[in-house]
Amino acid sequence: MLSKRIIPCLDVKDGRTVKGVNFVDLRDAGDPVELAAQYAQQGADELVFLDITATHERRKTMIEMVKSVARQLNIPFTIGGGITEIADAEALLNAGADKISINSAAVRNPKLIEDLAKTFGVQFVVLAVDTKYVNGKNMVHLNGGRLITELETENWIKQAEDLGAGEILLTSMDHDGTKAGFDCGLLSKVNKMINIPIIASGGAGSMDHFTEVFQKANVDAALAASVFHYGEILIPDLKQELKRNNIPVRI
Amino acid sequence: MEDKNSKSPLGDLGVGIINYGAGNIFSLTAALDRLNVTYGMVNTESDLEKYSHIIIPGVGHAGAAMEKLKGTGLVEAIKKLTKPVLGICVGMQLITEHSEEGDAALLNIVPVKTKKFDKSLNIKIPHMGWNAVSPKNNSLFEGVEDNTQFYFVHSYFIEYNPTFDIASADYGLKFSAAVQKDNFYGVQFHPEKSGKAGELVLKNFSNLSL
Repeated sequence: MLSKRIIPCLDVKDGRTVKGVNFVDLRDAGDPVELAAQYAQQGADELVFLDITATHERRKTMIEMVKSVARQLNIPFTIGGGITEIADAEALLNAGADKISINSAAVRNPKLIEDLAKTFGVQFVVLAVDTKYVNGKNMVHLNGGRLITELETENWIKQAEDLGAGEILLTSMDHDGTKAGFDCGLLSKVNKMINIPIIASGGAGSMDHFTEVFQKANVDAALAASVFHYGEILIPDLKQELKRNNIPVRI
Repeated sequence: MEDKNSKSPLGDLGVGIINYGAGNIFSLTAALDRLNVTYGMVNTESDLEKYSHIIIPGVGHAGAAMEKLKGTGLVEAIKKLTKPVLGICVGMQLITEHSEEGDAALLNIVPVKTKKFDKSLNIKIPHMGWNAVSPKNNSLFEGVEDNTQFYFVHSYFIEYNPTFDIASADYGLKFSAAVQKDNFYGVQFHPEKSGKAGELVLKNFSNLSL
């Protein structure tokens, strides 16, 4: 049986991981390679790196980081942030990234999804969607939830699947940062609409929240950042807890 | 950890990777580096003779990959190889007879078919993630326990055939996660992305002798 995946997400700026990390064994918590290796050793199934750099030097630095990660890491990883054209994606693929995640560039130009899928295969294309509940509707947002679009979340995800997205990373901006649990209602609704894997994001605060999102929304993977980075949840403990609840995981 | 100073068991030339442009091989070469296995690229027929072991990598569309492989002029020479050969993912599918992807005739080294996962089995496609593998008693899986998980990413699968199957997995139906015929091996999962278990399979392959 296919395992449910646990995915730590790392924010990267200028080739360095940001946000405090209190892993005891790390010599350099800002080193994405060391941090990634640590997560892999703990049993993370996959990693997502989100590039939040805004400088012109970004791409070059990022490519070097991706190469370093790929040299060391023996599990798959996704790179997101600032990918607007085929050439960006190709450089990341050649540097060893398994998947790329696109968000605002796809909203501005939906054909990008189709072009990426045709060039690299659907398995390479993750569509990240930030959603917020506004006036009774789930609306796609950009810029970390600050900018509302005219797209309804459910419609956009369906359209993206038709265009060739291979996986959906759905972040609820209403739940993100609350540590009150994932948005199981929306995740479940979206999951029933599509036939590609979906990663739940936003709201993880306890191990119970992971159990809940797998049981209630039957998502394929759950992503979190701070609960892992700050050591509030240890991945081996989480996996054992999920297993106790009969959720298939890789131990 | 492997001893970084130990010499590759393969001699100086090690593993030859068929360089035919189907997907990126950075992760594969990185894994071989971590395992201290030497490798090089195979571009021509004479390159095939330099290496003791051959890997056929591959990501993407099987029909398109077959066309690219034909473009290298290596097809007949690959079929005649008697040294250990390992096809990975689409590289594994290439050694089968036929793929429903692009209705493509393939190398037909292992007489089994590559088929499309059927949505009506109530599964998501692609099959993406970690799945349990049941290996048979085979040198490629030496030291790998039953139900060890490997990382898969594919929309087409190789039909289960007990004659050639050396490891099976389930996704809506039972399929071959690995096959073997004589010196030809294939794995559907990505050993270079499958943690320690995947590295063990790559190491086992590099140690195969016929």
